[in-house]
Amino acid sequence: MNSGILSFENVTFTYNAEDEKVRPAVANVSFSIQQGEWIALVGHNGSGKSTIAKLMNGLLFPGEGNVKVMGQAMTEETLWEIRSQMGMVFQNPDNQFVGATVQDDVAFALENNGVPHEIMVERVHEALSQVKMEDYKDHEPHHLSGGQKQRVAIAGALAMRPKLLILDEATSMLDPQGRTEVIETIRRLRESTGLTVISITHDLEEAALAERIIVMNQGRKHVEGSPTDVFKRGNELTEMGLDLPFAMRMTHLLQEAGVNLQEEHMTDDELVDELWKFYSKA
Amino acid sequence: MMEKMIFGRFIPGDSLVHRMDPRAKILFVFLFIAIVFVANNAIGYAILLGFTLLVVFLSKIRLYFLINGLKPVFILLVFTFFLHLFFTREGDLLLSIWVIDIYEEGLRQGIFISTRFLVLVFITSILTLTTSPISITDGIEILLGPFKKIKLPVHELALMMSISLRFIPTLMDETGKILKAQMARGSDIGSGPMKERVKAVVPLLIPLFVSAFKRAEDLATAMEVRGYRGGEGRTRYRQLNWRIADTLSLVLLAGLTAILWYFRT
Ligand SMILES: Nc1ncnc2c1ncn2[C@@H]1O[C@H](COP(=O)(O)OP(=O)(O)OP(=O)(O)O)[C@@H](O)[C@H]1O
Ligand SMILES: [Mg+2]
Repeated sequence: MNSGILSFENVTFTYNAEDEKVRPAVANVSFSIQQGEWIALVGHNGSGKSTIAKLMNGLLFPGEGNVKVMGQAMTEETLWEIRSQMGMVFQNPDNQFVGATVQDDVAFALENNGVPHEIMVERVHEALSQVKMEDYKDHEPHHLSGGQKQRVAIAGALAMRPKLLILDEATSMLDPQGRTEVIETIRRLRESTGLTVISITHDLEEAALAERIIVMNQGRKHVEGSPTDVFKRGNELTEMGLDLPFAMRMTHLLQEAGVNLQEEHMTDDELVDELWKFYSKA
Repeated sequence: MMEKMIFGRFIPGDSLVHRMDPRAKILFVFLFIAIVFVANNAIGYAILLGFTLLVVFLSKIRLYFLINGLKPVFILLVFTFFLHLFFTREGDLLLSIWVIDIYEEGLRQGIFISTRFLVLVFITSILTLTTSPISITDGIEILLGPFKKIKLPVHELALMMSISLRFIPTLMDETGKILKAQMARGSDIGSGPMKERVKAVVPLLIPLFVSAFKRAEDLATAMEVRGYRGGEGRTRYRQLNWRIADTLSLVLLAGLTAILWYFRT
């Protein structure tokens, strides 16, 4: 089987392995991700999503099973090499800003990897222009909005020109505008660079943008598939503590109320379109 | 009150002094502190004062602003002056009012010591006013570089300093939020006897500490993910460049020393 850019093979991880009563945070999970894909990892609180993210870049090592990145097994030796190929953005915009100003922060990963100064200057500029934050390069973090800080964090992750970008609930602490900014940035990046993106999220509307969704439930992989296939499971997802996208909930409610809608809708626009058609037929 | 205090504050600008290499400025201040002690007579102190005013002028920081911002320091200065004035009992008796005797030597010492104090405060304030904290950190890191040989964790200290500086506004914001949250729950920090007020601070500090630890943990993870593994093999994004003006400033200081030495009695 083609193991792609990143793969998990029967990975199990338990935080307190000695304690028999603790159930594994991640249990027997397998999946593989191909170059250039956009994957969404969804699941209720405590379903093991962040643990998976940490296993992906060697912040944690699996108790059982294997994690492979770009064909290499994750070990102490390959760890730093792998990390330099993988950008990661976390939830809290304040707690991942290391530098004194925007440009210092973007340069942080480059400094750590011993990149020479002239190349650093180029890369910082390139990364900042990819997230449209060049004008803010001398700004200090407390003068930026949450969305701007997250875009800087993305630039910081991109500076090393990684093959893979992991976003662990990167939009969950932002206001709607900040969220749109970040999602737009990612969409644009994927178009221009073909970056592989793994976004971990609670928000199924955000997940609907991905090509493939992996649903986690209590440390196990529940289902995996295209957004349309996954969302067909409607109630099953709601019972697991996930919120369906607004358009889908609306469709279901309308159907229950006897409105004869034909299809499932993931975006507001699609729903509105069908409602128009429905209205003109009636 | 706090807004006016300029001790330790940075005022961005584009003067000759602002543009100097932080290493040169730090060296300059340390050498200056030593040189001040060469002066031991009126001419010496007058030269020092003149030199200091020249530096202030070059930094384009208004003298009024400097004096106004250093008011609390002046209280200390006046206090030192009177201490010497009243308690030195050497030389001729100049004045005797009631129980206070003022001697010539007392007046001399009073003026000299407070001038010395004044020039030191001015020069160090000029350093912090014209250099951003992060540049000072960079300067210190490079100047202390040689001490890495004796296992002094220079890089780590500098990184700690810059991260602390970076988090000051964040933690200030947070303190404000917690304060409001506690006030909304009926806590009263602004009034009451001292003991009550101190007690009211505890519920402010505990959440602040908890969140600071959480932040530290997140930050450590974010740093590790971005490949941080200590100072070894790291390159620097911020470059310092030492220019002719920086060398000249130190030459100027050598000149000052020579002149002071010449007039020394
Ligand atoms: N450092 C830790 N030590 C012990 N147990 C932990 C630790 N971190 C997470 N866990 C446990 O592991 C399980 C999975 O946690 P994880 O953080 O991966 O969930 P998550 O899906 O990211 O949740 P959320 O949506 O809240 O971020 C949870 O039961 C959690 O309590
Ligand atoms: Mg999580």
